[in-house]
Amino acid sequence: MTALLEPRVTLKQGGGGRAMRTLIEKLFVRDFAELPFDGVGVGAMDDGAAIRIGDEWLVITTDSHVIHPVFFPGGDIGRLSICGTVNDLAMMGATRVLGLTCSVILEEGFSIESLQAIQRSMVAACREANAPVVTGDTKVMGRGELDGIVINTCGIGLTRTLIRDNSLRAGDRIIVTGSIGEHGLAVMALRHGIEIEADLVSDVAPLNALIASLLPRGTITAMKDPTRGGVSSALHEMASKSRVGIVLEEPAVPVTAAVRAIGEMLGIDPLHVANEGKALIGVHAEDAEELLALLHAHPLGRNAAMIGTCVTERPGSVILDTGFGRRLLSEPDGEPLPRIC
Amino acid sequence: MIEVNGWTATVDFWGVRKQVLLNIVDEPVSPGDYILNHVGFAIRRIPPEAVAETMALYETLLQDDGDDLMTNDVRSEIAGTS
Amino acid sequence: MNELQFRDPKLARSIAASMERMLDEIGRPVAVMHVCGSHEQAIARFGLRSLFPKALDVIMGPGCPVCVTDVPEVDEGVVLAGQGVTIATFGDMLRVPGTVKSLADAKASGGHVEIVYSPRQAVELARSTKEEVVLFATGFETTAVATAAVILDDPPPNFSVLSAHKYIPPVMEIVAEMPESRIEGFLAAGHAAAITGWGVFEAFVERHNVPVVVAGFEPNDILAGLAELVELVRRKTPRVVNMFPRCVSREGNIPAQTQLWRVFRPTGGRWRGIAHVPNGNLRLRDEFAHIDARKRFTIDLPSLWDYAPPQFAGQCICGEIMSGIRNPRDCKLFNRECVPENPIGACMVSNEGTCKIWHLYGGVPDLEASA
Repeated sequence: MTALLEPRVTLKQGGGGRAMRTLIEKLFVRDFAELPFDGVGVGAMDDGAAIRIGDEWLVITTDSHVIHPVFFPGGDIGRLSICGTVNDLAMMGATRVLGLTCSVILEEGFSIESLQAIQRSMVAACREANAPVVTGDTKVMGRGELDGIVINTCGIGLTRTLIRDNSLRAGDRIIVTGSIGEHGLAVMALRHGIEIEADLVSDVAPLNALIASLLPRGTITAMKDPTRGGVSSALHEMASKSRVGIVLEEPAVPVTAAVRAIGEMLGIDPLHVANEGKALIGVHAEDAEELLALLHAHPLGRNAAMIGTCVTERPGSVILDTGFGRRLLSEPDGEPLPRIC
Repeated sequence: MIEVNGWTATVDFWGVRKQVLLNIVDEPVSPGDYILNHVGFAIRRIPPEAVAETMALYETLLQDDGDDLMTNDVRSEIAGTS
Repeated sequence: MNELQFRDPKLARSIAASMERMLDEIGRPVAVMHVCGSHEQAIARFGLRSLFPKALDVIMGPGCPVCVTDVPEVDEGVVLAGQGVTIATFGDMLRVPGTVKSLADAKASGGHVEIVYSPRQAVELARSTKEEVVLFATGFETTAVATAAVILDDPPPNFSVLSAHKYIPPVMEIVAEMPESRIEGFLAAGHAAAITGWGVFEAFVERHNVPVVVAGFEPNDILAGLAELVELVRRKTPRVVNMFPRCVSREGNIPAQTQLWRVFRPTGGRWRGIAHVPNGNLRLRDEFAHIDARKRFTIDLPSLWDYAPPQFAGQCICGEIMSGIRNPRDCKLFNRECVPENPIGACMVSNEGTCKIWHLYGGVPDLEASA
C-alpha cells in the first residue's frame, strides 16, 4: 500500500475530485469490499449502502461535516449536517427517514452560544425533513486538536424503489433541480474575504420531500447530489459508473447572476463548486418534460432545468457545449482556488 | 460605478456590489462610469463611446462578406445594440 | 454596456467564417502566438478552438505568470514560510513546485500560507496581526501595479513583499528571436496593455517585422483579434492594431505607470523553463528596501537543497511548451507522471498553464478535430 500513496495526507484528497476517490479506493474500499455483504456496499461508492429487507431496501449513509466558517450565509454546520445525510438517503430513493444519529466533536473553548445556535438549526432542519435524531455522542478535545467543531451524522431510511448513480443509459436526459454553485461560492467568498454585497446564500436544504414527489412516476434512471466537486464531479462519476458520455448544454444550466459574477471574479467555474440542496436526475427522454413539470410545481424545484443528454460516445466523459463550441468538461482536482488575473 | 468615496468606490459587477480601489485608475471616475477591474483595483475608466468603437471594429472584419446572410443578420444586431 | 454582445455565438461564427476566407486567400497555414494566460483560459472555457480555421495554429506563449515564476523564487517563499512568517499569495501559486516543495507542501508541514485575492487583502491581513506578513507577489505588470499601489499607500510595518513580478514586453523579444520560431503574429494581452499602452509594441513590430494585435478577453474580442492578425498577415502589413479600444489607449495608464516604475525596477532574470530574460523581472527599488522581503529577512535557501530534486523534474519540457516550440503531447510525462493532482512542471499547476488546460480537455485541445 505504501507504494500507492504519498506519505502524508494533503488537502486536495478531500476536495471531492479524483485525488479523493483514489485515496478512498486504495485505502478503504478495496479491502472492505472483499468482506461478504449482500446488497449495495462500499465497493459501489454510491451515496450510501442498501440492504434488502423483505420487499424493501434499507438505505444507510454516514457523513462527517467540517466547514469553515461554521456559520455562513443561508446556513451553518448544523443545518448542513442534517441536510447532507437526508439528501444522501434521498438520492438512493429513501425519502422516508427512519432516524438519524448525531456525533459532535468539540474543541475546548468552543462557544456554548454558538453550539446552541447550531443545535437549534439542526432541530429546525430535522422538522423540515421530517427526520428525527434518535441517538448521539459528544466528545471534547483539547485546544488546537481540531478546528472548532466536527459533526458526524448517520441516517437510515426505507424505500421500495432503489435508485443508483450508475444506471444512466444513452438517450437519457439529465435534469438539475435548480440553480447551481450557490453553497460553494457563498462559503468561498466569505472564506477568502471577498467583500461583496450580493444576494448570495447557500442553498442547503433537505431534498427528500421534493424527491418523494417524483418517485411514484418510476421514471428516474439515476440520481446524485452534486456536493463537493460540484455538478462536474457528480456527472463524471455518473458517466463513468454508467459507461456513457454526457453532453452538457452550458447555456441551459441555471446559474444566478450573483453566482456568475462571483465565479467570474474568482475565476472559479460554478460547475466545480458544491451544492447542498440540488440533485442531478437521469430520466428517459420521453418522460423528461413530465418530470420537469413535477419539479417546477415544488418550491425547491421551481428553477429545475434540462441540462444534458447521455450519449454512447466517450464513455466516462462529460462534453460541454458552450454555445461557441464543444470541449471536455474538467473534473475538479481538490478545492478550487481563486486565480490571479 | 455606483458610488465614489475618496480612494474607494463601489461598483456593480453583473449585479454584485464590490469595493474597488482607485489609486491607479487612469482618469477621474464618477458614478455611472464603467471601469476595468484587476485584483480589486480599477485600472481604466472605460469611455462609453469605446464600446461602440469596438463593435465598429468587429464590423470592419465582416465587411467583405456582403452576401453572407448570417453576417447581415449579425451586422443589423450590432447596429441595434451599440 | 451590454457584455452579451461580446459573447454572441452567432457573431463568433461569423468572424470565424471571415477568418477562414482570409486564410484561403493566404493559401498556407499560419501560426500566431498569444502571450496571455487569460486568453488561453477564455479560448478553453468557451471551446473556441473548435471554431478556429484548420489552417490557423494558435500557440500559447509564455503568458502564464504563475508558470514562469522560477524555481528559486518558489523556494524563497517556501523557506520564508518555514521561518515563521505568514506568506500571503494568490491561489494559483500554491501548488507550483519548487526544488523540493511547493507552498502547499510548506503549508502541510506547518508553515503559514494564506491565499489572497488582491495585494490589498495581504495588507489587511498584516493589519490584523502582529506577525510578519510577506506578500509573495506574482503576475505581470497589471498585477505589479496593484502591488506598487499598496506599497505606496503606507502599509503597516509588519508587511513586506517578495516580488516575483514579471514584465511581458522583453519576453516577446526572446520568443520572436528564437530560431525555431514560426510565429507570424502576436496577440497581446489587453489587461497588460491597458497599463503600458499599445505604443509599447511599435518598436517591437519595427524590429521583428511581425504584426501585434491587442485584444480583450471576451470570446468575440479574441476571435476579432485573431481575425485582424490574420488579415495583417494576408496584407503583409505588419503594424500594431488595437482591437480593445474600450480598455487600451496608445499611451496607456500614465498614473499607473508612474507608480509601477517608482516602486519597481526591471532587472534580468530567469523565467522558468524559458530563458534568462533581460529586464523581464520586476524587483523593488532600493528606496523600498524596508518593504523588500529579500532585504528584510535572511532567506536560507541552501537549507532546502540538502534534499534530492524530484525524480522527473529533468524531463519536464514546460519551457519549450511555453515558448511555443513543442506541445504537451510531445512530453513523456504529460498525463502520466505529471497530472494536476501531482504536477511536475508549473504548466500543469496553473489554471492558465498549457498542460493543465490540455489535461482538462483529456489531452486534446480541439474536440471536433479529435472526435
